[in-house]
Amino acid sequence: MKIKSQQDFWAGLMFIAFGLFFVIVSQMHYQMGTAVRMGPGYFPTVLGGILALLGLIVLGGSLAEAGPDVPKFHFRPLIFLAASSLAFAYLLKPLGLMLASAALIFISAYGGHEFKFKEVAWLTVVLVISSVVVFVWGLALPFPVCPSFIESCPIR
Amino acid sequence: MEGIFHNLGIGFVECFRLQDITLWGMTFSHVPFNIIMCLIGVLLGTLIGVLPGIGPVATIAMLLPVTFNLSPVAALIMLAGIYYGAQYGGSTTAILVNLPGESSSVVTCLDGYQMARQGRAGPALATAALGSFFAGCFSTLIVAMFAPPLAEVALKFGPAEYFSLMVLGLVSAVVLAHGSLVKAISMVILGLLLGLVGTDVNSGVLRFAFGISELADGIGFVTVAMGMFGICEIIGNLEQKEKREIFTSKVSHLYPTKEDWKRIWAPVLRGTLLGSALGILPGGGALLASFGAYTLEKKVSKYAHEFGKGAIEGVAAPESANNAGAQTSFIPLLTLGIPSNAVMALMIGAMMIQGIAPGPQVMTERPQLFWGMIASMWIGNLMLVVLNLPMIGMWIKLLTVPYRILYPSILLFMAVGVFSISNQPFDCFLMALFGLLGYVCAKLGCEPAPLILGFILGPLMEENLRRAMLLSRGDPFVFVSPSKPISLGFLIAAAILLVIIAFPALKKKREEAFAAEDT
Repeated sequence: MKIKSQQDFWAGLMFIAFGLFFVIVSQMHYQMGTAVRMGPGYFPTVLGGILALLGLIVLGGSLAEAGPDVPKFHFRPLIFLAASSLAFAYLLKPLGLMLASAALIFISAYGGHEFKFKEVAWLTVVLVISSVVVFVWGLALPFPVCPSFIESCPIR
Repeated sequence: MEGIFHNLGIGFVECFRLQDITLWGMTFSHVPFNIIMCLIGVLLGTLIGVLPGIGPVATIAMLLPVTFNLSPVAALIMLAGIYYGAQYGGSTTAILVNLPGESSSVVTCLDGYQMARQGRAGPALATAALGSFFAGCFSTLIVAMFAPPLAEVALKFGPAEYFSLMVLGLVSAVVLAHGSLVKAISMVILGLLLGLVGTDVNSGVLRFAFGISELADGIGFVTVAMGMFGICEIIGNLEQKEKREIFTSKVSHLYPTKEDWKRIWAPVLRGTLLGSALGILPGGGALLASFGAYTLEKKVSKYAHEFGKGAIEGVAAPESANNAGAQTSFIPLLTLGIPSNAVMALMIGAMMIQGIAPGPQVMTERPQLFWGMIASMWIGNLMLVVLNLPMIGMWIKLLTVPYRILYPSILLFMAVGVFSISNQPFDCFLMALFGLLGYVCAKLGCEPAPLILGFILGPLMEENLRRAMLLSRGDPFVFVSPSKPISLGFLIAAAILLVIIAFPALKKKREEAFAAEDT
């Protein structure tokens, strides 16, 4: 057995995993019902089964037919982008829009090719001001602007 | 014909209706608010569309939260404006930087960029703009003509017909995806499954939520779209070293010469007709239209030898076609409530957020909304021509902004948008998660677009399947029984499509077509 197409091999595995996941969870927790009165488990079980089957076909194909390799993963942008949106999300309520945006910009900028502190700092100033103007004042999104521990914040 | 003009009249009146608007605590009376929103949408769409590396799906997903607080009419008019604005901006980038802002302007790169290199960027941009405008006018009429009869037919559809129609729509979406057919079908099914997360409408059971209360309403489709398109596109761009060659100084004279005019009118006409036809097909839309038009033009043109070396026909035909296709792809959305591509899936989501159930009843129950949106398409296209040709200088300036400045700004916009959907950090977490999933899928050669379509259709399909089975007392043959000829027809069409595409000779053709796109 030799894997001729790395890409298809892993894609097949992914589909099988997803398919089985949905089948198993539905079978464990939800009623199947009958074809006439379908329970909540019916549709996901059928679809999950089909997905796993298709995954098997892709997997089988990867052993028979040559295909491309999986391109190299670039973890740096992936990790920094994910981290920056998480930082924004979980800092927004305690620290306010200004600091949360600044965190997002700095962390995400670090995931790029070059990081120039001065440039990022300027970008942060511009974006923080414009996001307060556009989102909070313009679109009236209910975001706190300042950290929650500063009680008398001049901007709100 | 009279009916059409009457209906379009309703639409134009709605577009220019004067409203009293309260903004920032101030009340402005007698403002043509809808048309102002159309203008803002068109401008925003162009602005984001010009930026290389963000397609229309990510653009609309990004700007969707802007429309949350608007009335349904204004919101949909603005979103439609964003869509064709993004199309427009995409072609500017394709011509000047040789980077397609979106897949449907890939072919514009071929000849448009060559024209720019020869110092004819101005005429190329003008041709794209004028061709798109003509196509936009024509296809708006097509939408106005074909939508009412189609909606009338669709009103008679039962659950069985709807289910089969959705199967057909998904199958045609799969056929148009890149690469392996099996993988594309798998992505559709994965999308369908992810769409089931949340409370089951029929039984009230919370499915696949694992005790996470934020998942009770299901996964927001904006979150999925931003993760799988937005985040993925940014990572994809960051993987490559920045190298751009922009022809900024060389856009001097804009208007095409007399010789150019003579050469472009026929391709524009052919592109418009082909694009309008292809756009109506489920799974069609702008991408197929522009490729089809380019191929057709290469076959029939006298100047075939110039293609790829800066032939103006190679800009005129696909640009008209993609705009025509983009507009007519609204027909299945507005009449059947079925999205034909990822952008239309987003529009469905937007309608649902506004509390409108997409489907044939929209036209009869809310004629102002329906015809207002159609009339706004024409007005929006006019605005694009009038505003964008003089503003090209500004868009070019935008292109010189380095990506390392752009992407944190884009990301901030996406994060704010996703967060604002339910004011919970959890959605941003999901966005990051779907970014990861999208990235892995891209590396494994699986397209995200079929997943999004499946995701939108998942709950609808389950609902209609259940109802159809209930009505037929569990007879699975209800979908193919002769008493339901429409349902049978849809399923036969879907089967034929699958067989055709799996056929070795055609499979090769399809791969060739996509290979041509990749180069």
